[in-house]
Amino acid sequence: MALTSDILLSKVKDFLGEDLISSTDTFGILSVNISASRNIDLLEFLHKDAAIQMNFLTDITGAHYPDRKGQEFEVIYHAHSFVNNIRLRIKCPLPLENLEIKSATSLYSGANWMEREAYDFFGIIFTGHPNLKRILNVDEMDYFPMRKEYPLEDQTRTDKEDDYFGR
Amino acid sequence: MTEKTSDIKIVKEPEGLKGEGFFATRLDQVLALARANSIWPLPFATSCCGIEFMATMGSNYDLARFGSEKLSFSPRQADLLMVMGTIAKKMGPVLKQTYIQMAEPRWVIAVGACASSGGIFDTYSVLQGIDKVIPVDVYVPGCPPRPEQILDGFMKIQDIVKNESLRRRSLPEYKELLNQYGIE
Amino acid sequence: MIILEDKNKNITLDPLKKVDETELTTLNFGPIHPATHGVMQNILKVNGETIVECEQTIGYIHRAFEKIAEHRPFYQITPLTDRLNYCSSPINNMGWHLTVEKLIQADIPKRVDYMRVIIMELSRIADHLVCNSVIAADMGALTGFTYVFQFREKIYDIFEEVCGARLTTNIGRIGGFERDFSPAAHKKIKALLQEFPKMFNEFKSMLERNRIFMDRTIGVGGISAERALNYGFTGPNLRATGVDYDVRVMNPYCSYEDFDFMIPVGSSGDVYDRFMVRNREIEESLKMIKQAHDNLPEGKYYAEVPEFYLPPKEDVYTKMEALIWHFKIVMGETDVPTGEIYHAVEGGNGELGFYLVSDGGRSAYRLHFRRPCFIYYQAFSEIVCGGMISDAVMTMSSLNVIAGELDA
Repeated sequence: MALTSDILLSKVKDFLGEDLISSTDTFGILSVNISASRNIDLLEFLHKDAAIQMNFLTDITGAHYPDRKGQEFEVIYHAHSFVNNIRLRIKCPLPLENLEIKSATSLYSGANWMEREAYDFFGIIFTGHPNLKRILNVDEMDYFPMRKEYPLEDQTRTDKEDDYFGR
Repeated sequence: MTEKTSDIKIVKEPEGLKGEGFFATRLDQVLALARANSIWPLPFATSCCGIEFMATMGSNYDLARFGSEKLSFSPRQADLLMVMGTIAKKMGPVLKQTYIQMAEPRWVIAVGACASSGGIFDTYSVLQGIDKVIPVDVYVPGCPPRPEQILDGFMKIQDIVKNESLRRRSLPEYKELLNQYGIE
Repeated sequence: MIILEDKNKNITLDPLKKVDETELTTLNFGPIHPATHGVMQNILKVNGETIVECEQTIGYIHRAFEKIAEHRPFYQITPLTDRLNYCSSPINNMGWHLTVEKLIQADIPKRVDYMRVIIMELSRIADHLVCNSVIAADMGALTGFTYVFQFREKIYDIFEEVCGARLTTNIGRIGGFERDFSPAAHKKIKALLQEFPKMFNEFKSMLERNRIFMDRTIGVGGISAERALNYGFTGPNLRATGVDYDVRVMNPYCSYEDFDFMIPVGSSGDVYDRFMVRNREIEESLKMIKQAHDNLPEGKYYAEVPEFYLPPKEDVYTKMEALIWHFKIVMGETDVPTGEIYHAVEGGNGELGFYLVSDGGRSAYRLHFRRPCFIYYQAFSEIVCGGMISDAVMTMSSLNVIAGELDA
């Protein structure tokens, strides 16, 4: 029997219980919103479950929603089951005051740099990560550039007049 | 006696006195001739423009026609620093270090919009033009420039090399220029 | 784990085990080393010529694509995608267009799909040609490199005929193409289909069964399928380990289901397998181009999405409605549906994913690129440890790490 989004959702629901906050199924991918403390549990469950076999972590990234009070940040996982050809998006909201979430490096070696990137861009701290430091930006950088409050342009440069660029 | 005809072009000799068995001319002209036609470039290729440089080097466009058959991957033996591609702020010190390691006389060509001015990447992480860290002789516009444009920029460098005075590198103005960039 | 035997000393040396630090040499490989083909730094700890430890530093060409994308209207993000994997820009362009088209649920004509397949497969050939010829060049065989570049130029000629640019193509629009293929483009595609196999056979015969090449590549830089999956490998590098994962087949987009092609797989995941997989893929791509070109359906070369597809210039000058749409698109005033979307295409190096969060505004709220290079390059350290320095060079070129995609 082919694994459909509905079956997958019910399995995730059974496993997480109340930790499953909400779910949507748009543009062909099931997306579940879960409490951040259960992220690795769920990834491990999806990996081990014989019927799901979701053993490929496509992507980890972060996002910043300054307007959502209490859950300003989000860590987004994309998992993929090659056997059943089904994808799942797992979203873990995090509050600004406590940006800690468990690292997936114990489960997937590939999570290493993706988590470092999320740290570099958003300042999300992955506990248990072997080497959590900046990856793309210079080490001396003292802010997290992808947060919405920081501007795109370099503020220290002097050569470009903002007036000419409509800023 | 018939003059041998060949389709191989060789550079024109400089002005001078010619007679049987001798040719006298000015030293700076001979030096300029030699330098301009045997430039060893150091390809500092970081991104897209580097791929266009590969095409320039390749068989269709063939940079070797201009005396640059030998690419010097060591800055110590290079005459021309070709900076191709975006230089991020993290890369800036590396670029400067490479420039310092090159021996005089040295020339720099900024290939592409990113190297010249930061290009479309007006962001917190990109250096807004390499002339912020090292002096530049020729800028080649384009994103990326076509191989023809790179060749044109290279020929401009040849012109500069040909017409440079022998003493330029020891003049106080040149020292001052380098000091502006904090070199030496 | 590879155990090396040092015959002179008559001891068994485990290169992955901590050796006395004072006996090791630290070697800086990159960021502008000619053999790194891009800007990444590897600090190698070597014991003689054997690599014991490898620490990678990247970010030397970080250009903040994701931040820029949050400030640009959708159509201005296409030029950014050009500069991700600049060896195969059209695939990135179309990946982005397909993502937006999925979001706005546009109905794309069959002709557009087929035209896209032709362009995407051409750029896949160009990408693989660079990678494979560079493997040979890194071994000292520069002939292959200069030879195949002649034919890569022919592919660029086609791109130039279709869109006007060579490398960073910015090809197509959201909804289709800016213009139909010209007769000259058709002629050039036909000529390429005819001439390419002959050249390619020569290139293959130079290397594929070449004793030196085989000795240098077989068993070098291998990775098991299990580790590759754990690291998130995709594309030719994953297929070389024996996993037949290809987005074009698994989640067909752009009418790939219409085409008859194979997914070549390797077995040991070493440099030779990666080389062979890429070579076979070039042949499969050629097959697809032929099929698409022969069966190119009639119809429009763009979809009816006036709120995203720029109207023809003549109409803008003469028709009121076209002028309004033109203005709205250029100023980024069109309404965009809200939603979250992940769309993946098979890029030159593997699964190139676009995770787009749209809040209905003129630009993306959040756009994340799943860059295959970035994810698999972290395995480099594990692959080269225990091997020789010269093998690390070839492993790197066979992984086809493109700096623009690596650092975004």
